[in-house]
Amino acid sequence: MQGPEVAWYLAVAAFLFATGALGVLLRRSPLIVLLSLEIMLNGGNLALIAFARHHGDETGQIFALAVMAVAAAEVVVGLGLIVAIARKRIDLDVDKLNILRG
Amino acid sequence: MGNVVVWIVWVVAAFSCLASGVAVISFSNPFFSALALIGNLASLAVLYLLLSAEFVAAGQVLVYAGAVMVMFLFVTAYLGGRADAPWAGGPTWQQVGAVLAAGAILVEVIVVIGLTASGKLSHEAKIDSSFGSPHEIGRLFLTDHLLAFEITSVVLLIAAVGAVILGSHAHLRGALSEKQKEAGAGT
Repeated sequence: MQGPEVAWYLAVAAFLFATGALGVLLRRSPLIVLLSLEIMLNGGNLALIAFARHHGDETGQIFALAVMAVAAAEVVVGLGLIVAIARKRIDLDVDKLNILRG
Repeated sequence: MGNVVVWIVWVVAAFSCLASGVAVISFSNPFFSALALIGNLASLAVLYLLLSAEFVAAGQVLVYAGAVMVMFLFVTAYLGGRADAPWAGGPTWQQVGAVLAAGAILVEVIVVIGLTASGKLSHEAKIDSSFGSPHEIGRLFLTDHLLAFEITSVVLLIAAVGAVILGSHAHLRGALSEKQKEAGAGT
């Protein structure tokens, strides 16, 4: 295989996952928390595709496509929740959204 | 010669991927964060191409950087640019804990990769030119992974229905409370 070996891709995936985890823990705006979740999912996807290339087996790519579909579903529900919260004139701050009351 | 070019492309893609990832979590305006995430997804697609996953790279650009991020940008524009200042004031114990937790994840994964990389990860499998092509992925989806394919469609359908229900509830209640206000103002 030309270029870097799989370990380098895995290092990038680990950095992406840690960046996303930092964003989820650090930021208070639910929109940016959702964006950070996307970064974490993409870190996982990169590792899946790197291992698919390493083993010469396309199952990892199939799994990555399934992860992309689940991520799209998650974004749809998350954005629906955020719009519903914003319409009720509640502050978009995950520290303040700590009761499960409609 | 080709190897050097691949390395250069990899370094540029990986660096822009990490830099835009850090940009996503450090912009105070969600709109700029979403734009940075588009750059992140595009550079990830380059990495997927280097791993000969052509179909996933195309899907990444079309589905993620296209559809999902446009939806994100629409919602961000709809809600207005409410910037929260992530670094305002001194660091609280929550922020220190968050940085420590993310650093711990990173160190753990890097150490594990370093321990395994020396032996097992060095020699790749030989692949033919059809590896990761739309033809191969489509064949696998309709033969070996048919159940996953169908379940994915059900998951997407449920998510769409759930989003519609969430939106309509908020809409109905908003209209109801406005009517009550009008009634209250009338009497």
